[in-house]
Amino acid sequence: MDRRDFLALSTFFTGAALSPSIFGKAIAAEQLQDRIDIAVKKSLADAALAAATSAGASYCDVRVGRYLRQFVITRERNVENIVNTESTGTGVRVIADGAWGFAATDVMTEDAVAAAARQATAIAKANARIQTSAVQLAPTPGVGEVNWRTPIKKNAMEVPIADKVALLMDVNDSALNAGASFVNSLLFLVNEQKYFASTDGSYIDQDVHRIWAPITVTAVDTTTGKFRSREGLSAPMGLGWEYMDGRAEDKFVLSNGLTTYGMSYDMKEDAIAAANEAQAKLKAPSVKPGKYDLVLDPNHLGLTIHESVGHPLELDRVLGYEANYAGTSFATMDKRDEGFKYGSDIVNLFADKTQVGSLGAVGYDDEGVKTKRWDLIKDGVLVDYQTIRDQAHIVGKNESDGCCYADSWSSVQFQRMANVSLAPGKTKMSPEDMIAGVENGIYIAGRGSFSIDQQRYNAQFGGTVFYEIKNGKLGPMIEDVAYQMRTPEFWGSCSAICDETDYRMFGSFFDGKGQPSQISAVSHGSSTTRFDGINVINTARSLG
Amino acid sequence: MSILTEAQAKAILDKVIAFSTADEISAQIGGGISGNVRFARNDISTSGIVDSTSLGVQVAFGKRVGTASINQFDDASLERVVRRAEDLARLAPENPEFMPAVAKQTYTPTDTYSAATAALTAEARAKIAEASILPCRERGLIAAGFLEDGASFFAHANSNGNFGYQQSTVADYTCTVRTEDGRGSGWVASNVQDVSELNAGDDVQIAMRKAAASVEAQALEPGKYTVILEPAAASGLISFMMNFFSARSADEGRSFLSKQGGGNKLGEQIMDPRVMIYTDPAHPGVPAMPWDDDGLPREKTMIIDAGKVANLQYSRYWANKQGKPETAGWGNTIMEGGTKSTSELIAGTDRGILVTRTWYIRMVDPQAVLLTGLTRDGTFYIENGQLKYPIKNFRFNESPVIMLNNIEELGRSVRVEDGSMMVPAMKLRDFTFTSLSDAV
Repeated sequence: MDRRDFLALSTFFTGAALSPSIFGKAIAAEQLQDRIDIAVKKSLADAALAAATSAGASYCDVRVGRYLRQFVITRERNVENIVNTESTGTGVRVIADGAWGFAATDVMTEDAVAAAARQATAIAKANARIQTSAVQLAPTPGVGEVNWRTPIKKNAMEVPIADKVALLMDVNDSALNAGASFVNSLLFLVNEQKYFASTDGSYIDQDVHRIWAPITVTAVDTTTGKFRSREGLSAPMGLGWEYMDGRAEDKFVLSNGLTTYGMSYDMKEDAIAAANEAQAKLKAPSVKPGKYDLVLDPNHLGLTIHESVGHPLELDRVLGYEANYAGTSFATMDKRDEGFKYGSDIVNLFADKTQVGSLGAVGYDDEGVKTKRWDLIKDGVLVDYQTIRDQAHIVGKNESDGCCYADSWSSVQFQRMANVSLAPGKTKMSPEDMIAGVENGIYIAGRGSFSIDQQRYNAQFGGTVFYEIKNGKLGPMIEDVAYQMRTPEFWGSCSAICDETDYRMFGSFFDGKGQPSQISAVSHGSSTTRFDGINVINTARSLG
Repeated sequence: MSILTEAQAKAILDKVIAFSTADEISAQIGGGISGNVRFARNDISTSGIVDSTSLGVQVAFGKRVGTASINQFDDASLERVVRRAEDLARLAPENPEFMPAVAKQTYTPTDTYSAATAALTAEARAKIAEASILPCRERGLIAAGFLEDGASFFAHANSNGNFGYQQSTVADYTCTVRTEDGRGSGWVASNVQDVSELNAGDDVQIAMRKAAASVEAQALEPGKYTVILEPAAASGLISFMMNFFSARSADEGRSFLSKQGGGNKLGEQIMDPRVMIYTDPAHPGVPAMPWDDDGLPREKTMIIDAGKVANLQYSRYWANKQGKPETAGWGNTIMEGGTKSTSELIAGTDRGILVTRTWYIRMVDPQAVLLTGLTRDGTFYIENGQLKYPIKNFRFNESPVIMLNNIEELGRSVRVEDGSMMVPAMKLRDFTFTSLSDAV
């Protein structure tokens, strides 16, 4: 994930709504429900395809995109900002003389997109001069005129602003009444209206929805000078407003009362818990460093999966296309060929662009490939990567995996991580059953700081809340916990995975990759999982 | 629309302001052309151009604010965007922290534009990629890199008669060179305002030398070491710390600059007396726009003066609430250094570690600004003033505040990051490495 993206978002938090931003221009709320006429999109696309072909392109794809975001930003009893943004335009990608070229315009006329198509072709030809091998695309059948929509129950963009403000004010009040010093809460809604057309004969119209409801609750003890924050335990999801229903069947409650969430979220309940736990953190004892058995909640483990499995198995990283920025990968192709043991025998990790409720779910990717599910690690053994059309042939595949994505009409699409998830255990086991078998361990829920090297070997993860486990029982809260790991040893130490009734998804809106840097939203599912003998450090430092 | 002239931009903004019926209106228009070329595996991988312009308006009725924007500039569109913002403002709840638009200001223009950068073509970008790739092909090394350049304009105005206009350019080049066997890696970066100052052919030689020299890396035990952080390595930690100078967070008790018992650490000695950090929009190395997001004029301001906290960053709301003068948000950061090059710092070091670059830096504990991250693309052991051998990369857990208390010597300050920062190479004692990484 890219820190600069977080900073861009934090600019929004501070109310600089007028500044041009990565999210585009601000619009009125009612316009979030508008659509561009599909006939207009098709005529723009056809104009670009024709112009590129006439200019000498051997392949062309066109993405006419309308990207909508809504933010309702609050702190304590104030609404800091309500921002609706729209970014609309067309990106044209071509192959000419065996090289890629790309150009984009926000002028929505046939002349403008045709000019962009010609400019993209000229760029491709300029680059072809020093290209040593021509771009090779895995075949993808044209699908004609089709459409797909995230299977939401209620479009969050249609919920009145007043209802959203009332919800967040109730959430903040509840946290303050429970003793919080400060609370920030936010609704972040996304709708990507994407139209894709290519010279392969596809015209694909998609309507993609996402929702996120983060909170940060802070407790301050001015006497000691200590402050601690507890983040919410929600996950961004590929769902509509129904995610905010907080249904009882979607709650996962531990014996100590800690509640985490699945396909819906009770924001007020979590805010109260966060206020209580932020205060408890101020007094919690500091961890004694050493080796522990870790029991990791899915909303924590998702980030570890993301960094230590999702990224190293992106084929473009393996091949060196990301060497200058995000880095390469330890999981080189010879390891796949040799059946490299990535984890213990119970570890099965799969990629999936179709999972309902996930952030990565779409019908077709941004180069017109139908999405699917496939195995990456089977019974602990590395078996496959994630790839797209222009790299599939390098690993001996004859089709793309359908994980190409661009974060805007103005960004060029490239390989992005699918939802990568850990399959649940096959025998019946609840988190309490798992904890009962741990003598000296730590239970970790939620995301904390995260950092991993450029080949995805050495990582360090914190969390949101930590509880001691002694002799099979959950103990008191502890603080200053981070674990350090080396990827193959970590997954090799995986000794138990709870069953499918405990399965839920972690997510992120901000997976960062590429130059220029692009963001992507991705989910990672798992059940609560145990890892044995992991090195835990104490992160407390004093400035004196 | 591309680059609008000052007259064109002002004509649009004047019309927008005239259309408003709200108590006040602020508007801004900005845009430009950005081009890039990306290469990897000794070939160009992607390349493109994006041209966009956007107009944003913010209106207020009392403390109710609405914001809207558009990318069409005919009169009907301009009126529509104003009405849209006004409609949204009428629906919005009152913002108790609302601050009225700034009064008419006087700005001193800063030198943020270079014609050569604005004139860069797709062919010229391809040549820069070629200058990086060809020497690597000849030497059996593998280059991956990126050049992004842009020319842009920005103008703002409000119903109090305030107006500002300025153009700017930037070009950012980075290149990673790896050995074919994947055992060595080197990196170089250059951020310039004037692309004629960029020499990719020379720069890539640095990355090539580091790649070749970093194979056969030896493992050292994690622990506390004397390090020399090159400017790019140091800036990763320093720039992170600079995000936490908010006066409000400090006053609220949730910052490393909060004082035990209440209040903030303004005036307190928190770093070595040699640390001087300031902001200055007119600094020739890293010129910044002459105004901040609110339209307040930026001026030279000390942030850390001889190791003491000289100023915190006040929002307009917080400044008024605390009875402080309104001051502009900082547009750049300059940390003063000495006169020595990195090589001269190495020559004066008995034992230590040279770090080319820091990577994946994240906050571990905001209470102490404890950061974790890794070294990358050229880490070497220094003995008796010379680079002795390459070493495996380390993970660090360190606070830039602690680090700036452990200064041995500062080198020359240079432009780094995205062109908004000057940072010196720095020799530091007791830098905390906590584990080894096998990554190359």
